[in-house]
Amino acid sequence: MPTDPDHRPTTDARTSEEEPRVRFEDVHKKFGRTTVLEDLNFVVGRGERVTLIGPSGSGKTTILRLLMTLETLTGGYIWVDGDPLTHDRRDGKRVELRPKQVAQVRKRIGMVFQQFNLFPNMTVLQNIVEAPVHVLGQSREQAAENALSLLEKVGLRERADAHPTELSGGQQQRVAIARALAMDPEILLLDEVTSALDPELVGDVLNVLKDVAASTDITMLIVTHEMQFARDVSNRVMMFDGGRVLEEAPPEQLFSNPQHERTQKFLEAVV
Amino acid sequence: MTEFFSDLGTALPRLLGEGLRDTLLSFLGGAVLMVIVAVVLGVAMHQGPRWLRVVARVVVEFFRGTSLVVQLFFLFYVLPNLTGLGSLGGTWTAILALGLNYGAYGAEVVRGSLNAVPAGQWETATALSMPWATKMRRIIWPQAWALMLPGFNNLMVMLVKGTAVVGLVLLNDLTFESEQVRREVGTWPAFLAALLIYFVIAWVVSLALRALEARAQRRLGLGDFEVRKARQDADQVMAGGVPDDQDGR
Repeated sequence: MPTDPDHRPTTDARTSEEEPRVRFEDVHKKFGRTTVLEDLNFVVGRGERVTLIGPSGSGKTTILRLLMTLETLTGGYIWVDGDPLTHDRRDGKRVELRPKQVAQVRKRIGMVFQQFNLFPNMTVLQNIVEAPVHVLGQSREQAAENALSLLEKVGLRERADAHPTELSGGQQQRVAIARALAMDPEILLLDEVTSALDPELVGDVLNVLKDVAASTDITMLIVTHEMQFARDVSNRVMMFDGGRVLEEAPPEQLFSNPQHERTQKFLEAVV
Repeated sequence: MTEFFSDLGTALPRLLGEGLRDTLLSFLGGAVLMVIVAVVLGVAMHQGPRWLRVVARVVVEFFRGTSLVVQLFFLFYVLPNLTGLGSLGGTWTAILALGLNYGAYGAEVVRGSLNAVPAGQWETATALSMPWATKMRRIIWPQAWALMLPGFNNLMVMLVKGTAVVGLVLLNDLTFESEQVRREVGTWPAFLAALLIYFVIAWVVSLALRALEARAQRRLGLGDFEVRKARQDADQVMAGGVPDDQDGR
């Protein structure tokens, strides 16, 4: 796997001894009668930043939602660090895990949504502190201290006591990023995080994410239409169509020299 | 004319005695039970496993679909025989019947409000790995609460007036007392006095709930749309309907 000099070296899971961060094995997803994903297999190594691109309806967002357990698998397995996420294989049989077991593995995963989804009944600081206190059992002081340093990182420390409705969309999304990071995830899922923003607010959010990418070793799965951002942050781009991986390559290779005609057309349409 | 006012002057204090006491007791007891029943059944209908949803739905439809008066009689006359225990007494019977009946309507308000909390809020709570109880208590309930208050406001006002039937289980409430006073002062002053008192109670109750509503909405910074939608849902429930599902959740 070619390495990009701008990024810290990443583990190529396919050759590594250790378990990959994420492994999709024969994943199936149907909504009613519509098959969205079919026999999907791929791995994401530790610290990798993978961007998923493809036309709408190609199943990119479904992949993130399956990882976040917001959707239920209709077939196959998802493994996180080798641990089963929602279904395990026991004696060759596919067994659904209990909610408590699912919660254990899910804690390693965080997500930022297109619509920010800040809790409207809380201030900015409370939004960030809530889960670390109630889920990780941190003390309020400890959680608040951590939250303030995260707000510093996203450039909103002075807005800690503001109400979400007092913030612009871009500011809300930066708070949502801080909120996800406060849970100290190993994997961060970014689902079209700039799609609901006014164009002039997109830059701030992307800069925050680039900063996170550069200063941590969090594994990232990114669904975005910002191709420049994908180029800057990711070390692999996967092109989806019809629920399958059409091709994958490092961004500079895939963007400048796409192998499939379908990918060429898609890139012409979005760039 | 002066006689009319002096008759009204006689009727009002009489009604404000025992009559007011039994009416308020039925209302307050009924209101507390109504909220409890509404929350338990409403949450069960929205969040429970399938079997629990069915059970809650059947209970709701039963109490919404049968007459309050018959329920009162049933609890007062039939239940003691069925259970072999003594009578509940008029006050408890009234509170139980009112609470269950109005609670069944309230359950629909609660379910509709939970349903109106945007899907993204539920999903984000899941994405932060919050256990169910934390998610409900800290994230969903405060938002649903603001949406269910207009519906509860309606129900509470209806409940105030609904207490007028408790005379049937031998309580001396406002309606019963006004019937008594009528014999001394005539129909006009007696029933006018009763109307005025019901109106004032309903008005105070409504004001109190409006204040709660305003506070809850300020806390959320809710937009006009959600407020209008909540009021619409409330009216729909009052008309016997089921509020539309917004987010399919």
